[in-house]
Formats: sequence, structure tokens, C-alpha cells
Amino acid sequence: MNVRGWERIKLLRYAPGLTILLFLAPVGAGLIGTWLPAVGIFPALGGKEFSLAGWRELFAYPGLGSALRLTLVSGLLSTLLSLTLVIGFVASCGEHRAFQALRRLIAPLLAVPHVAVAIGLAFLIAPSGWLVRAVSPWPSGWEVPPDIATVQDPYGLALTLGLVVKEMPFLFLMTLAALHQTQADRRLAVARSLGYGPVTAWIKTVLPAIYPQIRLPIYAVLAFSLSVVDMALILAPTTPPPLAVLVLRWFNDPDLSMRFVAAACASLQFGIVAVAIGGWRLMEIVIARLVRSWLVDGRRGGSGGLLAPVFGLFALAVCGMGALSILGMVIWSFAKRWRYPDVLPSAVSLDSWMRQTNSILNAGLNTLTIGFAAAAIATVLVVACLENERRQRVSSNGRGIWLLYAPLLVPQIGFLFGTQVLAVHMNLDGTWVALVWTHLLFVLPYVFLSLSDSYRNLDERYLRSALCLGASPNRVFWRVKLPMLLRPVLYAMAIGFAVSVAQYLPTLFAGGGRYVTLTTEAVSLAAGANRRVAGVFALLQAVLPMVAFGLAIGVPALLYRRRRGLRGIA
Amino acid sequence: MNRSQKQTQHRPEDRAKGRIGARSSLALRGVSLGIAGRPLIAPLDLDVAGGEIVTLMGPSGSGKSSILAYVCGTLEPTFDTAGKIFIDGQDMTEFPPEKRRAGILFQDDLLFPHLSVGENLAFGLPRRIKGRRERDARIDQALVEAELGGFARRDPATLSGGQRARVALMRTLLSEPRALLLDEPFSKLDVHLREKVRRFVFDHARAKGLPTLLVTHDPEDAAATGERVVEVRPAMIDNPSVSQTPQKNHEISTVSHREVGIIKKLSP
Repeated sequence: MNVRGWERIKLLRYAPGLTILLFLAPVGAGLIGTWLPAVGIFPALGGKEFSLAGWRELFAYPGLGSALRLTLVSGLLSTLLSLTLVIGFVASCGEHRAFQALRRLIAPLLAVPHVAVAIGLAFLIAPSGWLVRAVSPWPSGWEVPPDIATVQDPYGLALTLGLVVKEMPFLFLMTLAALHQTQADRRLAVARSLGYGPVTAWIKTVLPAIYPQIRLPIYAVLAFSLSVVDMALILAPTTPPPLAVLVLRWFNDPDLSMRFVAAACASLQFGIVAVAIGGWRLMEIVIARLVRSWLVDGRRGGSGGLLAPVFGLFALAVCGMGALSILGMVIWSFAKRWRYPDVLPSAVSLDSWMRQTNSILNAGLNTLTIGFAAAAIATVLVVACLENERRQRVSSNGRGIWLLYAPLLVPQIGFLFGTQVLAVHMNLDGTWVALVWTHLLFVLPYVFLSLSDSYRNLDERYLRSALCLGASPNRVFWRVKLPMLLRPVLYAMAIGFAVSVAQYLPTLFAGGGRYVTLTTEAVSLAAGANRRVAGVFALLQAVLPMVAFGLAIGVPALLYRRRRGLRGIA
Repeated sequence: MNRSQKQTQHRPEDRAKGRIGARSSLALRGVSLGIAGRPLIAPLDLDVAGGEIVTLMGPSGSGKSSILAYVCGTLEPTFDTAGKIFIDGQDMTEFPPEKRRAGILFQDDLLFPHLSVGENLAFGLPRRIKGRRERDARIDQALVEAELGGFARRDPATLSGGQRARVALMRTLLSEPRALLLDEPFSKLDVHLREKVRRFVFDHARAKGLPTLLVTHDPEDAAATGERVVEVRPAMIDNPSVSQTPQKNHEISTVSHREVGIIKKLSP
């Protein structure tokens, strides 16, 4: 028997444990490392005793109330809006052409990092932005940009809109996957044949089946929206900012004693997210109880004729805003002279690009290498875990997926400081290793979610056939399994890369300010007034993931252009 | 390759002890399967000589495909198993599937979609056959034999169902199996094709002198072999001696009690 083969199988057994250690330990340690300073224990700054001084100072901060309100309004409202839009759209437009149109728009929009969306949206909706220009000077009569705070508005509505533009595509995609798994069209056909209207049929028979499948993605959206930093830096007001931005500001305060206040605020942020998720779950239970009788009361519902255009319009508007934001950035980055109220620049040039060549190269190279390393490591780990799962015949249970989601449910700002403290103790602070490792925490879950279905659904009999033809398990893996799964594997890697490119806080904390990526550069430029340069970086930040997706789809299509049988897989 | 040869040479005594039956043969000794402590198939003894085709008949879900998976070594470890598998008199029970050289054909052709027809056949061809020219010659010869000369560079997805079935058989035969296992390989083919493919597979199995075990729920398949049929029936039938009623116009030998697997039906 092949001795090395057996050793390798044994090595594979450590894959799940290693993965969980690599990626849950920093989260756990990070939380503890944030909570301890919150209660005054932080030896490096002389905090040796339990003290609530940090909390007292936090509650004495005059802007805390407004910050809290901003956080709650933008976080809860954007999640509710995104979910309502997705459910309304899928329920009412499932059979319309708009559905297919949106489907095609969604994937590229999902690849665009949050920061790029935020910068593009700020261009779009600003008082001197595209939307205003489109109606000025005629018919609006605005000879100068109107004096309305449309970006960084005191209610956080711009931030809410930005979150919806970014989160709706994500929830939509998750819903599509769930629809596929629950054989929704059959349920719908049965209900329709029993005389139910399309929307009522969908809500009564399909939604109860898919909701459990999109529950974790919804929680992830909720946690993200309540604690977002990068988008808030661009779209939210600054005095006071939302809670998460406040935390970041205090962590970066030159006065080191503010670390205690920051840690307390980060713990508060964690608590808010935990309470929000708990509250959401409670609402789910209550709503499920309340609608139980409605489900079976026999009401068939109408044709839903009005709902379809309304939700279709809203969904297209959201996606259209995303698309326009990206287009606006492209134009800004090439604009030389673009005066208000011109709809298009009067002169174009490559100046904004040429003048930035050095910093583009530096930031771009960092982004590329970090993203590629994190995506590659995540893909190897995920494939090893999935392969181990198959060889050991351990079936995945429901709890495993919760572990996987952990880094997505815990707010980044709630534990990254603690993780940085851990990195300092391990002498990794500000190193490339720490940076990639931190990115890995957020890359790995998405790679796993993207790959696991295709991997598990590959017809086992192909592998058995190959074994019975005399191929060793390792040969079967390299020659049959991986080639057959090339497309989903590359696609998962592209998703991982896109997630890494988008990371702002992890880069900031783990990089120790030593690593500049397109994202950190775009955020700091967005604060300045130069739209052209910010557009360059935001655009690059959006283009890199798209190139990755293009390669992930194009390479297998080219390699297998004459293999029709592979198209059905994944 | 070298390593595995060395290992086999290290254990001559094992091989001597394990030998049962004729040179070219497949033998099952007391093979029984179960799931979660509940027996599925009672001990089954069966000898298949080279060139002989024995049919295992039974309704779907009776576990007859699991017997084939046990023979070729790919049965899920969730099954409780007992009994031994001998191929050419050698005890194969502890061997991994790739060392057993038991070729298997399923309902679907399972040609690898990422490889061309010729590459699929090359995947089956042993490494021992060296040199590009020699390997290509073998593949071309197999294609001609399957009336598919010149198809080497084709995408398997562009072939008809009957053509794919023939390629699948040639791929298995090129791997030089010592036994052939057929897991309802004709059930998905059109009626008019089924007859042709069946004859193609049976003729080749007999010509190569392969001991062949066919699993099917289609009496036509069993009848077409004109050879022994072993019925695998659910255990709810009280009659313990389960025998096959002879069918019209076909020679079907009924089998002895000992050879009959009885299924302890899983309670629903």
C-alpha cells in the first residue's frame, strides 16, 4: 500500500482543528483582550486593577446618545430595508423579466468593496453630485449646489442607503441559493394550483422554508451594519459619528489613557450587536407564532399586481445607484475639469492616474499579495476540511456553521484591538503575517460558504469509478476531483480575494499603519476633497475583485471550452 | 508502483493462506451487511467463475448495490460488514479499492467530463504500459473495438448514450480488471439501445474471461445472461428459501439456499 498516501490522510485529519484554531483563537483572544482594558486591566498602560473609569468616562461623553442613535437607526433600518426589498422583490417579481435582469447586475455589484460603493455613492448624492447636476440648473433652478446635507446627514440616512446598496445584493444572492436548495418552484407550483395568488403563495409556502437558510446571513448583515466603520467614515456625520467610528477614534487617540474608554465603547458595541441579534431572534419567534393561523386560514391573496412594479422599481433603483456610483468614479478619475452643473467633465486627462503611479503601485501590490495569500490559504484550508469530511465520513452538523459565522457575527471593532494586543505579545504586530492572518478570519467563512455545496454535491460515483480503475485516493483527488471542481474552487478563491480587498479595519489594526492598501488609501483620500484621486483608488479597489472573478470564470471556460459536460457542475 | 510490488512480495504466506477457488474467479464468503446494528443482508456465499455472469436480482433499496460496493471496496464505513471477498483466489477484503482491480460500471457512464474520450481511456490504462505511442495504440484499438475509431479527441458530452456506455466499458476493460461488477448499467438506456449495449458488455466480459456480477431489478437483464440468478428479497417474506421462478423461454438456474441473501428489511 502507498505508505505516503496514508500519512497524508492522517495529516488531513488535523485540518478542521487547525482551521478552527487559526481562525477562532484570534477572535476569542481578541474579545478578551478588549474586555480586560474595558474594566481597567491593561498592564502595558499601567492598568493593573479592576476599574470602571473607562465606562464612567464613556457615559460622560456628551455625544454618546447621538452616536448610539445613529448606530441603531442606520444599522437596524438598513437591515430591515434590505431584507424587505429582497423578500418583496423575489416574492413579487420571481416570474418577471426584471428578476433575470437584476440577477445579472447583482454579481458584479457584490464584488465591489464597501468603501468603493460609499465613495461612489457620495459622489452621486452629494449636493454637487450627479443626481443634482442631472436636474440643474433646469428644472431645479440650483445655480450653485443646494445647501442640504445629503451626505453625512445628521440622521445617518446616507449611511443607511449605502448599506442597503451593499447588503441587498448579498441577501439577494443568499436567497437565490436558498431557493435553489428548497426546490421553491415546486412548492410555488403546488400553492398556485391550489388557487393562491403568486405573492401570497410565495410568502406562505416558500418563505418559511428559506428563512432558516438565510437567517445567519441576515444576522451577519445586522452585525455588520451596526458596527460598520469604513462606510461610516465616508457617509456618516462626524460630530458625533456612529459608535464604531468613535471607538476607532479613541483607539487612535494620542492620549493613551483613551484606550480604556475605547475598550469600554468597543465592549458596548459588542453588547449592542449581541442584543440586536438576540432581539431579532425573539422577533422571529413572535412573528412565527402570530402568522401561524394566517398561514392556514385559506386566504388566497390577490394577483399581487401592484407589488411587482413597486418592488421591481425599488430593487432596480438600488442596483442602479450602485452601478451609477461605480460609473461616476470612473468618470471622476479621468476628469480634468468638471464644473458644477456640467453632467459630464469638459476636459479629460490621465493626470489623476499618472501623478499617483507610485502610491498606486505600492498600495495595489500590497492589496494583491495580501488578498492572494489570504484567499489561497483559505482555499487550501477549506478544501482540506471538506476532503477530510468526506474521507472520515463525518457529516457537518448545524453547529459547525455557527462557528464559521462567528467572525462575521462579532463586530470587527469589538475584537480587533484585542487581537492586535495578542499580535504584539507574539511579536507579530504590524507584520505581513499578522495582516494576512487577520484577513483570513473574514476570508475563510466566505470561501467555505461558497465552496462547500459544490464540493459536497460532486457525484461520489466519479471518484469510486476512478478508484476502481486503479487510481490511488491522492491521484483521484488531483486528477479527477480538483479538475472537475476547478470552476467552483477558483470562484471561491475569487470571493476570498474580493473579501480581503475590501477589508479596512483589519488592515488598519493588524498592519499597524505600516501597510497601505487600496482600501485604506481610498478611505483616507475620501476624507480629503480631491474626488479625482479618491476616484482612482476606489475604482482600482473595485476593479481588482472584478478581474479576479473574470479569471475565475474565464480560465475554466477557456480550459474546458470543449467540455460541455462540465457546465452543469457548480 | 515499486513500493506496492515490494509490499506484496513481503507477504507470501498471507497469499498462500488466503487462496480460495480457481485462478480466474470472484468469490464471496459469508458476506453480510447491516446498518446501525440492523442486518440488511444475511450471509451470502457466491462463486463466480471466469467468463460467468451471475445476476443479483432484487427490488430497489434491497442493498444489492451495496454488495457490489463492498466487493470493490467503496462501501461507506457506516455499514456493518462481515465476510470476505476473494478475487482470483486472493483475499481482497482488507485492500483499498484501487488495489483490488474490480472494475465497476454504474447506471450512468460517469465518463470524466473534464477529459476527452481518449483521455478517459488513458485514465483507465495502467501506468505499466509506457510510452506515448504504445498507450495511444492501445486506446485507438479499444475505440475501434467499440466501433468508435477516431473518437479519441471528442468531448464525451457530445457522444450518444450508447456510445458513452461503450466508452465506459472500454475504460474499465483497459484498466485490466480481474472481475467485472455491473450496477444496473443498462437501466438508463433507451429500450432499443439497451439490447445492443447489453450484448456488447456481455460479449466482452465473456471474451476476457472475467467473472462478472450483475445487479439489476430488470428481469430482462437477468434473462439475457442465460445464466444463474440469485435473488435478494426483503426478509418480510416468511419463506426462507427464496428461489427464482423460472421464466419462459430462458434458461435460468435456480440457486441453492446457501447462496441466497436474505434481507432483513429495515422497518420503515
